[in-house]
Amino acid sequence: MKPPAFDYIVADSVEMAAAALAAAGGDGKIIAGGQSLMPMLNFRLLRPSVLVDINRIDGLAFIDEAGNTIRIGALTRHFALETSPVVARHLPVLSCAMTHVAHLAIRNRGTIGGSLAHADPAAELPMLALLLDAELRIASSSSRRTIAARDFFLGAMTVDLAADEILTEVVVPKLPAKTGWGFEELARRHGDFALAAAASTLTVSDGVIAQARLALMGVGATALRATEVEALLVGQVLGPNLTARVVDAVRAAIEPETDLHASSDYRRHLAGVLAGRVVAAAWRRANEGAA
Amino acid sequence: MSKTRDIAVTVNGSVHRAAVEPRLLLADFLRHTIGLTGTHVGCEHGVCGACTVLVDGDSVRSCLMLAVQTDGRRVETVESLGRLGQMNALQESFHAHHALQCGFCTPGMLMTATDLLRKYPLATDDQIRQGLSGNLCRCTGYEHIVTAIRALVAAKGDGR
Repeated sequence: MKPPAFDYIVADSVEMAAAALAAAGGDGKIIAGGQSLMPMLNFRLLRPSVLVDINRIDGLAFIDEAGNTIRIGALTRHFALETSPVVARHLPVLSCAMTHVAHLAIRNRGTIGGSLAHADPAAELPMLALLLDAELRIASSSSRRTIAARDFFLGAMTVDLAADEILTEVVVPKLPAKTGWGFEELARRHGDFALAAAASTLTVSDGVIAQARLALMGVGATALRATEVEALLVGQVLGPNLTARVVDAVRAAIEPETDLHASSDYRRHLAGVLAGRVVAAAWRRANEGAA
Repeated sequence: MSKTRDIAVTVNGSVHRAAVEPRLLLADFLRHTIGLTGTHVGCEHGVCGACTVLVDGDSVRSCLMLAVQTDGRRVETVESLGRLGQMNALQESFHAHHALQCGFCTPGMLMTATDLLRKYPLATDDQIRQGLSGNLCRCTGYEHIVTAIRALVAAKGDGR
């Protein structure tokens, strides 16, 4: 229950961190908040030869408005996201989701970049990145690139990030006008990993749904967007019949695994219930004029 | 064994200098290197909350942080809160409401509650319980811990 030995490098810039990763030849790991990495080290599930600490890099923790987007530095702590007035104003669904992330002592340390790069299938931030069509900015010692969240998550704890690359920034489009949102999660204990969760945004125009987004997690190897269910919603007025069709369509679209915590059937049932609730909440908020 | 690093950490107001292996956990640094055994180690993977301390004022799991990461930083442990005959208000409230039995979880409960009381209104028992959800207690059933924190919130609200 103690970490194995490793070399430890404190990076003071993204360039230095990327160079250290490249020099480690695939055997280096970044430590940001460490709230997933440290347990894996303590259990010796991971034995990196080099740990590159990015906590002292200036300018990697920020939440900035930039036109129609919110730019979030990879080192931004969960607690900063949870309590940011900018996030509350432009991405309220994210503020709500953050209150479900683990516990205060974890939120004080954990970072958005770490959560996305770690990509636990039952973590909230990957689902929110998918829901909100976030773009991720990634740097290596030789190049920089941007990737859409929908292309980033490849499988459970597997993302499109090379061994010498660092996730530096998350760019999230603000919710459009006349957009409502919903977020629901069920966990056995508040702050535990979710059995399942759902989140939605609905943009209303001329009394009907103009844009629909619905994301689910806890029902597969990664969080996912229920695109076929979204298509059901566009152009429609949400009422009890359509909500019931959403619930059925979600249950038909997923094939959850059975594990220690819940059976496949229970997760399928639960995902439907949560999806129905989040689209109803999003519709209600969109029509109240709440952004 | 990897080479050691020299660190200087302010713990409960005093600067401690030590040469540590990078893999040394903050919890073990506090307990074994500088002898502050008030911080308890339960699960060593961030689940039980017993080892919670404050780093630069924020509650953290000291089993999920490396000692070397606290170089130049300020750490507060349960020993900073008070002592026998001179307990702080939170400790007094735990005492008055019987908020501990075996005492193993208590240091983590106290440090977590310290941060919760600074950051959240804790207006309802639900909020207090959610705030404590990352700290396991196997004796009390949490009831008296919630009562102790509720009493402190109420006392603050009265301006006392």
